[in-house]
Amino acid sequence: MSAENKTITIDPVTRLEGHARITIHLDAGGAVEDARFHVTEFRGFEKFCEGRPLWEMPGITARICGICPVSHLLASAKAGDEVLAVSVPEAAANLRRLMNLGQIIQSHALSFFHLSAPDLLLGMDADPGTRNVFGLMAKEPDLARDGIRLRQFGQEVIEILGGKKIHPSWAVPGGVRVPLSEKGRDAIRERLPEARRISREALDLFRKIAERFAEEAAVLGDFSTLFLGLVAKDGGWEHYDGTIRVMDSEGIRVADGLDPRQYRSYIAEAVEDWSYLKFPYYRERGYPDGAYRVGPLARLNLCDHMPTPLAEEARQAFRATADGKAVTSSFYYHYARLVEILAAVEEVERLIDDEKTRSPRIRAEAGVNRSNGVGVSEAPRGTLFHDYEVDEHGLITRVNLIIATGQNNLAMNRTVLQAARHYIKGSAIPEGFLNRIEAGVRAFDPCLSCSTHALGQMPLQVTLYGPKGEKLDERTRD
Amino acid sequence: MKVTTLTINGELVSASPGTTLLEAARENGLDIPTLCAIEGLSTVGACRLCLVEIEGSSRLQPSCVTAAEEGMEVRTDSDRLQRYRRMALELFFAERNHVCPVCVANGHCELQDRARDVGMDHVRVPYRHPDLSVDITHERFGLDHNRCILCTRCVRACDELEGAHTWDLAGRGRNTHVITDLNEPWGEALSCTSCGKCVEACPTGAIFHKGSTVAEMEHRRDRIRFIAQARGKKEWTP
Repeated sequence: MSAENKTITIDPVTRLEGHARITIHLDAGGAVEDARFHVTEFRGFEKFCEGRPLWEMPGITARICGICPVSHLLASAKAGDEVLAVSVPEAAANLRRLMNLGQIIQSHALSFFHLSAPDLLLGMDADPGTRNVFGLMAKEPDLARDGIRLRQFGQEVIEILGGKKIHPSWAVPGGVRVPLSEKGRDAIRERLPEARRISREALDLFRKIAERFAEEAAVLGDFSTLFLGLVAKDGGWEHYDGTIRVMDSEGIRVADGLDPRQYRSYIAEAVEDWSYLKFPYYRERGYPDGAYRVGPLARLNLCDHMPTPLAEEARQAFRATADGKAVTSSFYYHYARLVEILAAVEEVERLIDDEKTRSPRIRAEAGVNRSNGVGVSEAPRGTLFHDYEVDEHGLITRVNLIIATGQNNLAMNRTVLQAARHYIKGSAIPEGFLNRIEAGVRAFDPCLSCSTHALGQMPLQVTLYGPKGEKLDERTRD
Repeated sequence: MKVTTLTINGELVSASPGTTLLEAARENGLDIPTLCAIEGLSTVGACRLCLVEIEGSSRLQPSCVTAAEEGMEVRTDSDRLQRYRRMALELFFAERNHVCPVCVANGHCELQDRARDVGMDHVRVPYRHPDLSVDITHERFGLDHNRCILCTRCVRACDELEGAHTWDLAGRGRNTHVITDLNEPWGEALSCTSCGKCVEACPTGAIFHKGSTVAEMEHRRDRIRFIAQARGKKEWTP
């Protein structure tokens, strides 16, 4: 191998949702000069939604993603509420919360059990041929079954409310279309004990194995950034409503009580020519210093308390690992995700029996009363903004979407760089090291599109390029 | 009353005088797929789905506008007809922008139903992807040209049942499109009585209740037959 500058390409990055590539640039001495996480797909939703009636937007934007359609459905319906200038009936708000909780459970379960557990339980250096959910089934059949069951529970909550598991068009501007039936409530209640058991056991398991991954925790995205997300009026954990709070790595509040509808005043977006994903940043700190993280890690850092007892206990233990400061290792997204699953399961239990949820008033009717509307909710991966402008009749004239994964873009790039610098020294690069770099991205559970690719089965291609772009070496993992 | 006797798919059937082949077939329990035809309105033979083979004629004939005649030998379901029907449906899908998953009429659409009936799993001709508009200027209803198949049910319902004749066709060939009044926004069409018969008659999601969300638009197409029967025969049976 020559002693000139080289580029290592990991393409595609496996076990995440969508299409991406990692490139690692080496200098002449074989040290990592730069590393980038490229998102290689282009969707165009913001453009082709123009001209559509406002009321179709939840159904259309839900199609952005097959893993988190509910997040888009809810943010879009909320943007619609704003355009109609209505406050949705209490039952509708509760039901939307319920569906979002189902979404958080199923998406987090997918991330932990299906996508990341192979790394965590089979080992980062395990044979890539079996380092996937099928390998997990062979070695840890009970755990794999639990993971599938937990995800199924979340999916069923969505299906019971929306009529189908994926892409329900049930939340609409003004509320929701169908209430929760008695039968549906009973079906959810019946599965709660199992869901609670699985989520508690998963949390215990992670705490047990976390020690083994001390090195990974230190180099897979442990750095200072801001954290941003919704918190409830009382400062508690929030996923559907509330106001925006921003915190730094020391655990100090940078801003609180920000109106999510005014996001443009504190969030700006940068564009880089090597990725289709935009780079949002906290405006006041500039680019790229205004990098912030969203999602489970951010939400648990930001909130003062969880709404339910078991989850609150778990949150306190989680925060205690950082001595009062913010938990800064992106590896602990996994931990935070498991705490949130527990919280979501407990919240589902509370909401299905809440008297307000049972009211038949679920949809406010109104015409177009505003020319724009911003809808904000917490998707499993972080804060999601849908911002629409409409004409006097309700046809969409402008759409701006800021998705959770985009907001973690700067942090994911820094994670890749940090991991590459740590693991890549010289020309010999063990496969397990490349997997660790991928795992750094997986911790964020990025959702790069609606395409749920062949999980764990896609080959990993690593190509070494010389300074003039000539291919020096290539290795393929099947 | 003199009865016409003919053969459909090898079976002898009888039809009252003046009935079309489509009516004769349906009276005898044989279905022929249709899109532009709807009970209660005149027929125009626009969609070509109801084409049938008639012995002695090399041309296929639209059964909705062909009179049943004494001694006719008719086939409604040959391989050739199935091929033609599927092609006609594929052309409908390719002509405009029919995106079923995010359509207000998803699951309640006759175009979708017919495509499913013939097992249409893909379209063999390139999509045209025309740039078409949506008119939601009317207080209660909306029109999406992307989803219109030019069946003219709206035109006939408005003209024959309501008598307003708000709807009509403009343009030629592939530029043909439905218009309200003299090609004005629907909300400004003075002749429109907002009765909603066009909405009920529409086979797709082209005409819809404003505010409908995805898959929420259920046309009550049987209302067209009900109104026609009530008006014509003074019979108010649902």
